[in-house]
Amino acid sequence: MADLDTIELVKDIDVDKYKYGFETDIESELAPKGLNDDIVRFISGRKAEPQWMLDLRLEAFHVWLEMEEPTWARVHYPKIDFQDLHYYSAPKSTAAPTSLDEVDPKLLETYAKLGIPLKEQEILAGVRKQGEASGLDAESGGEYASGNVAVDAVFDSVSVVTTFKDELKKHGVIFCSISEALREHPDLVKQYLFSVVPQGDNFYAALNSAVFSDGSFVYVPPGVRCPMELSTYFRMNAKNTGQFERTLIIADKGSYVSYLEGCTAPTRDESQLHAAVVELIALEDAEIKYSTVQNWYPGDAEGKGGIYNFVTKRGDCRGNRAKISWTQVETGSAITWKYPSCILRGDDSRGEFYSIAISNGRQQVDSGTKMIHLGKNSSSRIIAKGIAAGRSDNTYRGLVSAHRKATNARNFTQCDSLLIGDKCGAHTVPYIESKTSTAQFEHEATTSKISDDQMFYCMSRGLSQEEAVALIVNGFVRDVLQQLPMEFMAETQKLIGISLEGSVG
Amino acid sequence: MLEIKNLHVKLDGESREILKGLTLSVKPGEVHAIMGPNGSGKSTLSYVLSGREGYEVTDGSVTFKGEDLLAMEPDKRAAAGVFLAFQYPIEIPGVATMQFLKVALNAQRKARGQKDISAPDFMRHVKEKAARLNIGQDMLKRPVNVGFSGGEKKRAEILQMAVLEPTLCVLDETDSGLDIDALRVVADGVNALRSPDRAMIVITHYQRLLDYIVPDKVHVLSDGKIVKTGGKELALELEANGYADFAVKAA
Repeated sequence: MADLDTIELVKDIDVDKYKYGFETDIESELAPKGLNDDIVRFISGRKAEPQWMLDLRLEAFHVWLEMEEPTWARVHYPKIDFQDLHYYSAPKSTAAPTSLDEVDPKLLETYAKLGIPLKEQEILAGVRKQGEASGLDAESGGEYASGNVAVDAVFDSVSVVTTFKDELKKHGVIFCSISEALREHPDLVKQYLFSVVPQGDNFYAALNSAVFSDGSFVYVPPGVRCPMELSTYFRMNAKNTGQFERTLIIADKGSYVSYLEGCTAPTRDESQLHAAVVELIALEDAEIKYSTVQNWYPGDAEGKGGIYNFVTKRGDCRGNRAKISWTQVETGSAITWKYPSCILRGDDSRGEFYSIAISNGRQQVDSGTKMIHLGKNSSSRIIAKGIAAGRSDNTYRGLVSAHRKATNARNFTQCDSLLIGDKCGAHTVPYIESKTSTAQFEHEATTSKISDDQMFYCMSRGLSQEEAVALIVNGFVRDVLQQLPMEFMAETQKLIGISLEGSVG
Repeated sequence: MLEIKNLHVKLDGESREILKGLTLSVKPGEVHAIMGPNGSGKSTLSYVLSGREGYEVTDGSVTFKGEDLLAMEPDKRAAAGVFLAFQYPIEIPGVATMQFLKVALNAQRKARGQKDISAPDFMRHVKEKAARLNIGQDMLKRPVNVGFSGGEKKRAEILQMAVLEPTLCVLDETDSGLDIDALRVVADGVNALRSPDRAMIVITHYQRLLDYIVPDKVHVLSDGKIVKTGGKELALELEANGYADFAVKAA
């Protein structure tokens, strides 16, 4: 059972609990530090982008220059020197891989080390060919048996490998890096890019729009149910780089796609910047399920190093009855600033946000969602579970709003916070705005602590302190865990145990 | 199996003693009942045996199978074979009872250097024990003690005991809050676990439970000490005369 794996893992943990903190020694091509028109041109040039894309990037860059860094979030960090970063880094040997064989074996090793998810690791490592049965299926009692997963792996600034392309092609699904999409499917990109998160949307989105390096692109044609989970792994490796990926997912009329992203970075003393943008577009009757397991390096116990994660994620239910569902598991990053949102434009459209945000050590999380109800009978559901341990701060910030025309809009929000220890903080900041009298918004919130009684009860049954915390927390987040694709539930449960290692005693 | 010698216990940060020189010896296969009025130290004894924080042992010793029990963490005591059936079982939201049983059993097995139990073996093991306690699949899927009735909670405690197969069972007022039918089911469950290599300490206010779980020895606990020990007939005597006699003697 998955929770036993959690315990196994927690037990195996060394003093350094961040097991993804290795650095891969690969020669990479770095852009010079700093940001100006030339760097933007350099990035665009490296990717052989069309002129219109470069123009849009430059436009974004100039907007960004005029913008102020936002300060309203409940996070504190030294001012970032944006001229002191590399904005492009690419593993040299993998400029344009066409098959797995051409990928630097060290890269594959890296993905193997990441360990998630096991099934993809097999494929990436070449142990198993697509379509063959996995030994994991039998061992895990079918936990991994629910089908294949296509992966796009992004290393620093460049997408290095995308699996299962042919299989997807048969169904007309496009799944590739955004750089490739700009070359192969420019019309689609042009039509949808920046249509949900415009270049000047906010400070970090503008920065991303100017310098985004890579990311994933998905297009699911009308009526197609994407035959497998799509997945992207982001890994930041090079020093002093910012990672700015841009993801664009379009679900055409009546289609369905489930997408998962996972993120890790090596352990470093200095902080690294990550500012991604994700845009989702669901047309009439389409559904997008987007899951994130974010495990960027959180910094050490004293708050040194770690990733600054400033991310803009937004989905647009552009057609009637469209549905977008965000599920996020946030365990990493020194600072998380992230509000995956839904614009419920279509009538009867639906938005969902399921979140687990865990903070330990000196981590700071300010995360939540926005549900913007524009269409009639649109509905949304928010389940947010925050777990704060150590000296961390964990804030839920959410907006639910109904436009004048959004008659009968409905929202249900539930925010639960769990505190471990007495030096951490949990905060809930809900904003509710309704311009129609027919909207029905419900908000429930609870805050609790892991009680000594619960700990003693578990331990008196034989669980160690760490095992008891992992079990209680996994119980606390159960409603959200169940929203994750089966393939990733087990890994996530492990991650929760690891993240909270050292939080008691 | 269990040797408690001259045990003195007080709450952390307080000066008043709760146990004032308790001595008790329990051999394998024996069932000991500990009876006494409110505040005599019954629950404190159960918590000290299972290792709950907040109590300070100021004097005396407790050895279990020859080892210093007081030096062990609660989870180590569990793995060594000590089980406490709680008077007020604790809720763990979101954790299915079945899952909890499995995690607990495997944690103990691991501590004893055994391999994890296989899924089919575990299912068979639980099913068999649950049937005796009238516990259905439905209840096993519900989160631990959440929304359980008083009777369900007590049955669930005994199920945990049956699944974990401890060698020393401490039952803290397992009869409280049970109607007569539920009491019978719980007592049946406990009796099924009686065996020559397993000892039990049954803590209770009332003689009623002892009609169903017939003890080998009955101890009267008053003001932190065992003031009288006898056979099962002592329980009947207490039922008739109350604890007043002992309270006076102790004072």
